[in-house]
Amino acid sequence: MIKSFSKYIVIMAAALLLAAPQAVQAKELTGELEIFSWWAGDEGPALAALIDIYKKQNPGVEVINATVTGGSGVNAKAVLKTRMLGGEPPDSFQVHAGQELIGTWVKADRMEDLTPLFKEQGWMDVFPEGLIKLIGTDKGIWSVPVNVHRSNVMWYIPANLAKWGVAVPKTWDEFFAIAPKLKEQGVLPLALAQNWTANHLWESVALASLGADNWDALWNGTLAFDSPEGIKAWEMFGKVLEYTNADASSLSWQQATDMVIDGRAAFNIMGDWAAGYMYTTKKMTPGKDFGWVASPGTSGEFLFLADSFGLPLGSPHRDNAIAWLKILGSKEGSDAFNPIKGSISARTDSDLSKYNDYLKSAAADFGKDRVVGSLAHGVAANETFMGGFASVMEMFLKTRNPQAAAKACQQLAKKSRIGE
Amino acid sequence: MREASRDRAKAFLTLLPSIILVAVFVYGFIGNTIWTSMTDWGGSGALATEPVKNFIGLDNYVDLFTGFLGGGFRQDLVNAVYYSIMLLAGAVGLGMFIAILLDRKPKGEDVLRTIFLYPMSLSFIVSGTIWRWLLAPQGGVNVLPAYAGFKPLDFAWLSSTGAILEFNWQNLFQVLLYAAAFVMIMVGLWGVRRDPRRAVLRWIGPGAAAGLLVWLFGDLLPQALFMEETHGFNLATLGIIMATIWQYSGYTMALYLAGFNGISQDLRDAAMLDGASEAGYYRHVAIPMLKPITISAVIILSHISLKMFDLIFAMTGPDNAQTGHPALTMYLTTFRANDFARGAAIAIVLFMIAALFIVPYLVSQYRQRRRG
Repeated sequence: MIKSFSKYIVIMAAALLLAAPQAVQAKELTGELEIFSWWAGDEGPALAALIDIYKKQNPGVEVINATVTGGSGVNAKAVLKTRMLGGEPPDSFQVHAGQELIGTWVKADRMEDLTPLFKEQGWMDVFPEGLIKLIGTDKGIWSVPVNVHRSNVMWYIPANLAKWGVAVPKTWDEFFAIAPKLKEQGVLPLALAQNWTANHLWESVALASLGADNWDALWNGTLAFDSPEGIKAWEMFGKVLEYTNADASSLSWQQATDMVIDGRAAFNIMGDWAAGYMYTTKKMTPGKDFGWVASPGTSGEFLFLADSFGLPLGSPHRDNAIAWLKILGSKEGSDAFNPIKGSISARTDSDLSKYNDYLKSAAADFGKDRVVGSLAHGVAANETFMGGFASVMEMFLKTRNPQAAAKACQQLAKKSRIGE
Repeated sequence: MREASRDRAKAFLTLLPSIILVAVFVYGFIGNTIWTSMTDWGGSGALATEPVKNFIGLDNYVDLFTGFLGGGFRQDLVNAVYYSIMLLAGAVGLGMFIAILLDRKPKGEDVLRTIFLYPMSLSFIVSGTIWRWLLAPQGGVNVLPAYAGFKPLDFAWLSSTGAILEFNWQNLFQVLLYAAAFVMIMVGLWGVRRDPRRAVLRWIGPGAAAGLLVWLFGDLLPQALFMEETHGFNLATLGIIMATIWQYSGYTMALYLAGFNGISQDLRDAAMLDGASEAGYYRHVAIPMLKPITISAVIILSHISLKMFDLIFAMTGPDNAQTGHPALTMYLTTFRANDFARGAAIAIVLFMIAALFIVPYLVSQYRQRRRG
């Protein structure tokens, strides 16, 4: 008797809960939230700062921090794919904003449109318009950017340059003029590391050679890779490669940066996580111990990449995930995360006093420069193109044939339906 | 009679679960992969719940072997061939040599045996990382001579762009025929002492004729590619070959040692009485007796070399055409570039190559058993 009565109460309670009006949105969130990312190690503390805020706001939710290590998510992405295909999506996962997300997950109809969230939170006004265009399609906006990194930055040590008697080159022609002088003194002009850093260097060189308009035209399919402009970019890249180290493919990007720090090399083109490495790990002062400038021929252009989090369809704890996304896009969240991660906030209204000198200058550039998407880090092209591009790059490093590389890129673009 | 048939039924029932499991999870999935490799499954939308797959026949294979974008795969294939040959020669040779040394029962033989076998128990990821450090351009092996007062080496073990034994992929058919002719002549020379007539007629003659014909009329053969593309043995693979040999020669040593121990002492004594030297004993008695062991070592090692993934991944990372391997390319094509159909095609090519090794072995085993 008592048993059946209690059952009755439970059923009534359930019915009440279901019937409860949507207005009770402010209700305490409970259950779990699984966040999937590749931020372990050096980037772990930044992620932890975000999780701390989330826990403070939603003490009832148990946060599961699922990380799979491996630079730029090589392993995490493969694990994520098996989970999504197996019908076990995490509540929210990290992904490079742009075509890497769109080509793989949005075209596969596995993401939820976040436009309502962007409108509700007023993010349409605080994120730059160009950025929103790059992370969305005509059907919606697919992820919340947490940070913004710049890809086209050239790093150097001011004291060393003074010692060798060279000035910072503003264009590649200036670079080609000073490079022989550096070589004579036994200094490597440009430090390079393994394959993906060659892709990284390529996009800076190609952007300089093509200009921002043609760069965008490449990715919306209106300019062919094997057009004269496209071939010229590869020719210039080949010329730049002559001033790089022969043992590049066995070095990590940190080792290439180390070559600049040690004075074995003059310059290094790397994303601005290099600033984080020199500032945090090497305890160098930005502007004094190390200097930076937009890579030759790209001043006024901001080749960006961003980490972002999306909401997969069928996320098991959707409400918890939305609360998580709200924190990621908030001013408080991004200003807690980015100074630790060594990146700038995607918001235009971030509190710059919390950032170091390099990041302040990057934030200022991000506000006024022409923003274009990075290829090497997933903004400009889908994963099919990126995967193929890595082998085209390997082919070029071996044969140094600009025509063949440009033609291969064009075939690849056709195959991976760039611009469709 | 009834007893026998009931026995049969029982045996069949006992085997049934594994037959079903193998049928589904091995042959079923091989079939599925073959089917996938003949579709155009890939690109954007490939990961949808109901991806679009259209049957396109053998296009993926044609593209891999003759397409513009298949150059990386072709280099990987050439790498894998050289890699397999070097690994086989190195691991079998070194393993046999150590086994012969240990077979002489030196002091501390059991300790040495463990030491030599130990590398095999390491994970490839671990040994790969260690070797990557050892072979770093400015460290490890390269600075060893400096301790003895010499100049340090500057060979880029894992990143050298040099290559030897290069050939043009356009001339693939010529190269394959030359290789076949070479193998035939070598087989003939091997058997010339036993049966000179047969060796000349069956092997050396046809081999030399084939080689000559290709040399004279090779230009008439169709070209395998529309443009020049050279592939060769990349010197950067040397580091990986060294690491694999280091890891596997202990294993072949254990195989041979077990075999040597199985040869009765009487046989050895008899050989010695007949005046065989130590070297003669191994050359003419022990090693020929261990032919089955050599064959199984060759088959196992060739499979390992075709499946090699983790060691290369740990030593040179994912994108490194110099040391690339089809297994690595398959993973990257499938799971990074989302090109499932082409990844499946690479997997099937690898599967076929593995079959090239194993099928003749199985056939000869089957024949022997029927005869015996």
